[in-house]
Amino acid sequence: MKDVELKMLERAKALLESGEVARVIGWKKGDFCYDPSPASFETVEELNGFVYDWFCGANLSKYLIEMSKKEGKTAVFLKPCDTYSFNQLVKEHRIKRENVHVIAVECLAKLDIEKIKAKGVSMVTGVEVIGKEVKVTTAYGEETLKKPEVILTKCETCQKTHQVKDEEIILHDRPERDVDRFAEVAKLEAMTADERFAFWREQLSKCIRCNACRNVCPACSCVKCVFDNPASGIAAKANDDKFEEQLFHIIRAFHVAGRCTDCGECSRVCPQNIPLHLLNRKFIKDIDGLYGEYQAGETADGKTPLTSYAEADAEPNDVMKGEAK
Amino acid sequence: MFKIAKERLNELYAKINGQMGLFIPVKKAGEVNYEVWREGKEVSLETLKTVKSPKNMFFPQTENMMKFKTEGKNLEIIDVRGEKRPFVLFGVKACDYKAIEVLDKVFLADPVDTYYQSRRNATTIVTLACSKPEESCFCSVFGIDATAPQGDVTTWLDGENLYWQANTEKGETLTALVKDLFAEGGEAEVEAQQTATKTIIDSLPFANLDLSKFKPENLNELFNAAEWQEMSEACLGCGTCTFVCPTCQCFDIRDFKTNEGVIRYRCWDSCMYSDFTLMAHGNSRTTQMQRFRQRFMHKLVYYPSQNDGLYSCVGCGRCVNKCPQRLNIVKVIKTLGGKDND
Repeated sequence: MKDVELKMLERAKALLESGEVARVIGWKKGDFCYDPSPASFETVEELNGFVYDWFCGANLSKYLIEMSKKEGKTAVFLKPCDTYSFNQLVKEHRIKRENVHVIAVECLAKLDIEKIKAKGVSMVTGVEVIGKEVKVTTAYGEETLKKPEVILTKCETCQKTHQVKDEEIILHDRPERDVDRFAEVAKLEAMTADERFAFWREQLSKCIRCNACRNVCPACSCVKCVFDNPASGIAAKANDDKFEEQLFHIIRAFHVAGRCTDCGECSRVCPQNIPLHLLNRKFIKDIDGLYGEYQAGETADGKTPLTSYAEADAEPNDVMKGEAK
Repeated sequence: MFKIAKERLNELYAKINGQMGLFIPVKKAGEVNYEVWREGKEVSLETLKTVKSPKNMFFPQTENMMKFKTEGKNLEIIDVRGEKRPFVLFGVKACDYKAIEVLDKVFLADPVDTYYQSRRNATTIVTLACSKPEESCFCSVFGIDATAPQGDVTTWLDGENLYWQANTEKGETLTALVKDLFAEGGEAEVEAQQTATKTIIDSLPFANLDLSKFKPENLNELFNAAEWQEMSEACLGCGTCTFVCPTCQCFDIRDFKTNEGVIRYRCWDSCMYSDFTLMAHGNSRTTQMQRFRQRFMHKLVYYPSQNDGLYSCVGCGRCVNKCPQRLNIVKVIKTLGGKDND
């Protein structure tokens, strides 16, 4: 990973020095080895804090809504999954494509510090990934963990590839993976309605209504969310179990249906670790089944299943009865 | 000092619960938060940090304040404050206990917040000393001793036993109710644990944060610091830091129309939200930088300037662990706090 970081740094420097771009969006070092933050760098000096490591899981696409409106071009490092969000935002006219220089960077999955800590490992001072093993250095010694057990949930089923790039920095091949991203959804579908309700009630009752899922979501790009807008008549900050359990997250999932690229940021940021991505993935699975396979964000143009009409479209009545073809 | 074997703790919980309410860290769907104890729930005293702090026991995230009923031109105001049943808040860590002191200064100062007060008075707080602090902890920076929290009762937990010491009259009353489950002793074990834990605390990465710059006389300089822009750049404007914080105390008051009248309720608000300072004339804070700055200036400068230098951060480290984009108060302290942070 260090070799990739060096290459990225080299390109960031060159782009800033030549004046081709006014800023570079990437990640900067935190206090630990596992807490980088998204950041923009406008000078070569600022790049001192630049980092690209196993914990750079954040999706940078949404920042481009604001950044692409600024004076001068913005270069951005996008991982494979991030490029889908980028395309989708371009498609929705939220990002000015001509103002962005996309540098595709490799990703061999990102690590989840919470999962590492849950293995009983604390005071982490460094990590090294060797194949399918993660060597964790701590103040108390060394631990070896299995990589698939400590990667971000969103990375567990990722088979995404870069959908957009102006240039790329890819130094290592990603191993082929054979995973079924709908396996968890199928498990929920196999439950009885009561079991499923109990599952979601237990999960969603943990919600503290911090809105992190909404604010990080690249598909949630409304300038002002109805729930924040006093003029909407339905503004709500109250954390009320019935609302979170039965409405808020479902409303949000409906709102992003057909546009959600399955980037998994909602579940990554949830302080209560609610598997919110499963709601979105259920919609994706249903859309695939009813309208044919569709991946939001694969392109920045073209028709989308929920916003276009075709004669062969499933009839709502048939869908309700479970008889749609 | 008393002690009770770890495997008998369920008996202790049941005994307390028989006489008053019991709130305790409980694991649900993988996460640990304070909840009402019931037989069969998975208590997790070992969890260092509950996701939410125990502040919602006194200051619930959402709470009804009063109801209105209208009949013709008459408006009836219905008081919904009832007597609060006595309850025990069990397992409070030193940082979270200190946070209650911070909240008391706000809610119990004149004019007293009676909603908060009635719950606060009804509570007996049983604290639990830390034995495995982790790298995001920095309570010692605020003068807190994680190995000797105060409260009505202080407890310590090791591999074998829970050790129990009453500190106040309320604590003695609770002890009298459960005393027949206890044996005497534990002083040596507690002391050994405290010594071992203190060694860890001293070596924590944030143990020596320098707060010296955060003084009322530096208010303008800090407020105008150029660094806020960069520090807040990645902020999502979500409420995670505020809602997991044990000292954040802001709330919003709204009315909710029902078929039977109007309910006036309050709910936690976050200075990170875009409509937080929305007033009739408009909004005084229009950028995320201003909102971000407000949160940290409040904790490190405004609150202490009104409360004899007491900071309204207790170093629990929840924001360090939970901010989606890894922004937090430690980064602010390191950037603006003083030269010894370099």
